[in-house]
Amino acid sequence: MRGRQQFSIHFLQYLDPEGNLDLPLPEWTSDEPLLLSIYENMVLARLLDQKAVALQRTGQMGTYPSILGQEAISVCTGLAMAKNDVLVPYYRDAPAQMIRGMSAAELFMYWGGDERGGNLNTTSRDLPICVPIATQLTQAAGVATALKIKGEDSVVVTSCGDGATSKGDFMEALNLAGVWDLPIVFVINNNRWAISVPLAQQTRAPTLAQKAIAAGIEGIQVDGNDPIAVYEVISQAIERAREHKTPTLIEALSYRLSDHTTADDASRYRDADELKAHWQEEPIHRFQQFLHQQGLWDREQEKALQSHCQQTLDQAVEQYLAAEEEPATAIIDYLHAFLPYSLEGQRSAIQHKDAPVNTEGESR
Amino acid sequence: MNMSFSTSHSPNTDCAAEPHESPSPEIGGEIQADDKECVLVEAINMALHYEMARDDSVVVLGEDVATNGGVFRATLDLKQTFGAARVLDTPLAESLIGGLSIGMATQGLKPVAEIQFMGFMFAALEQLTCHAARMRNRTRGRLACPLVVRIPCGGGIHAPEHHSESTEALLAHTPGLRVVIPSSPIRAYGLLLAAIRDPDPVIFLEPKRIYRAQAQRVCNDGQALPLDTCFTLREGEDITLVSWGALISECTQVADQMLEQGIAVELIDVATVSPLDIATILQSVAKTGRCVIAHEAPKTGGIGGEIAAQLAEHALLDLKAPVLRVAGYDTIMPYAKKEALYLPSAAQISSAIQQVLSFA
Ligand SMILES: Cc1ncc(C[n+]2csc(CCOP(=O)(O)OP(=O)(O)O)c2C)c(N)n1
Ligand SMILES: [Mg+2]
Repeated sequence: MRGRQQFSIHFLQYLDPEGNLDLPLPEWTSDEPLLLSIYENMVLARLLDQKAVALQRTGQMGTYPSILGQEAISVCTGLAMAKNDVLVPYYRDAPAQMIRGMSAAELFMYWGGDERGGNLNTTSRDLPICVPIATQLTQAAGVATALKIKGEDSVVVTSCGDGATSKGDFMEALNLAGVWDLPIVFVINNNRWAISVPLAQQTRAPTLAQKAIAAGIEGIQVDGNDPIAVYEVISQAIERAREHKTPTLIEALSYRLSDHTTADDASRYRDADELKAHWQEEPIHRFQQFLHQQGLWDREQEKALQSHCQQTLDQAVEQYLAAEEEPATAIIDYLHAFLPYSLEGQRSAIQHKDAPVNTEGESR
Repeated sequence: MNMSFSTSHSPNTDCAAEPHESPSPEIGGEIQADDKECVLVEAINMALHYEMARDDSVVVLGEDVATNGGVFRATLDLKQTFGAARVLDTPLAESLIGGLSIGMATQGLKPVAEIQFMGFMFAALEQLTCHAARMRNRTRGRLACPLVVRIPCGGGIHAPEHHSESTEALLAHTPGLRVVIPSSPIRAYGLLLAAIRDPDPVIFLEPKRIYRAQAQRVCNDGQALPLDTCFTLREGEDITLVSWGALISECTQVADQMLEQGIAVELIDVATVSPLDIATILQSVAKTGRCVIAHEAPKTGGIGGEIAAQLAEHALLDLKAPVLRVAGYDTIMPYAKKEALYLPSAAQISSAIQQVLSFA
């Protein structure tokens, strides 16, 4: 095709920051239990986050990346997916992972430096998070290719941050999804920051959604703090992927209300006023207002929910702290399907580490 | 016989950090020499400040290095001092950082790039291995890559996955890359200056476990320490203990303990793990006849194996006992809960020494 083309990026928002409606509600919102489930999962996510940060601050867990303010994206991702779909998440997707079966105790284990936290305690085919930024995206393209080759009608949902869009992996995955018509949905949590680097220093493009245009796939921008818009956009994209094998890139606009992780101090590089302004847009307050207005939520329900979540989380913390340590040999037992005989010596040396040296093991 | 890195230098210790390379080109303004009590990461910061002031072709780049001063604060205040044109926050892309540095270096700049953690260097390796290491050779010296890539390495800080590995052997196995690992604030300062002034690419690995472990008086005089040279930290006749990076702390502790028992350990900090200064190690083993090598990286394919092989090639008749290695296990670096189990300990180093000494 030659010549100049016109493109535009659509932005979707139903609820303004006060929880007022901008647009007529989509049909699925007549499903009240679903609306309540979105809300309840967001509240659980917020409280889980507080617990995790508290565990880290008291030396009972390691570095933790909070999802404060970005709960709607991950919760709606988790709820919009079918059980048999595959989630290829990034590290601010604990809510989606939990909706799909991960326990809070596992999350604490993972960030507490225990590999068992990556087991996801379910039979699901979801992938664990990738710490090296954006590397999950090409894996997700591989999962989507496998689903397609196997003739399944399942789809892949994968996610990343705004900073991740600067890596080649992002464009590589997007490009392939277009060329091969992959059943995949890419969700960008655009929380405006990549540690200390603001989005303006990652790209000159006014939207991240428009990167889809270069890949020849659907791209849409959504208010990531408006759960109705997020759920709508993700479930439609999943539907398209399932029915027509067409990929979609979703840019969900949100804001990182926390430090990057518990190891970071955002006040070094981020304006306090900017942070304050974004608190006005956070998703939980907004959605609560909306539910109030719809007559679907009251104080009593809120109280009950809070105490239920606290109870669940307290139990999870207890379970996490009481978990028996893995045996020392666990550090080598999962390396291969079968322990190579050359490592048998090292495996036994691990058990009495500070006794003799691990010099044995290489000799047969 | 590959002995071209033989050294005529006398052994260096932290206090008498000779011999010094004299700073060569004079570009920037006057620099005041001053002593500062500082930890390793501060020594790195001091060296960066010194060299950026002295040589305006030095440019710092990487993720979060400018406004934030680096996630470990190694590049603190550089942007404030030298401006945003020379201290660059890059987009989040390691392959970019590698290629960008090469491009800059071919045009006469001296990029000092930071890769945030060693686990994130892999996307940059294509550029470093396929190009930075080869540019001089490929152009028969017409173009070169005088760049430095600083990368925090090693475990021991209870970090998440991919934040604790020791993969220096991967880099050392690339001819054309220099791989340097300091083990103290003084050596960090002097070796980083040398790395920046070196006309070829240097991967500068910073053991993050000792970033803030021990303060030392560092003379901010712009004096570089020699690359490609081992540092003999303790002299002794009974056994040679070879190590580098963070483990030098445990080795020093062991050497001191041994001395109390009447065993004189000669402790060698390899510092530049590639190209290897085997001459210093051979000289030492010619004297002691015994050798233990300690490193944090997995044992198989580690640099300890290379040292042991060269000892077998060149020092067989000097050796009174087998050379032993104390190293990480041949497994994936465990997450925080079990990282101490993985990391070689002082006790393991001691018992290896005992074992070698008791070999009949
Ligand atoms: C390849 C790679 N480089 C660097 C890092 C260190 N790092 C961790 S998170 C992060 C910023 C990510 O920003 P973004 O993609 O916007 O996600 P966010 O954390 O904001 O959700 C960086 C640079 C990493 N994990 N992986
Ligand atoms: Mg971000």
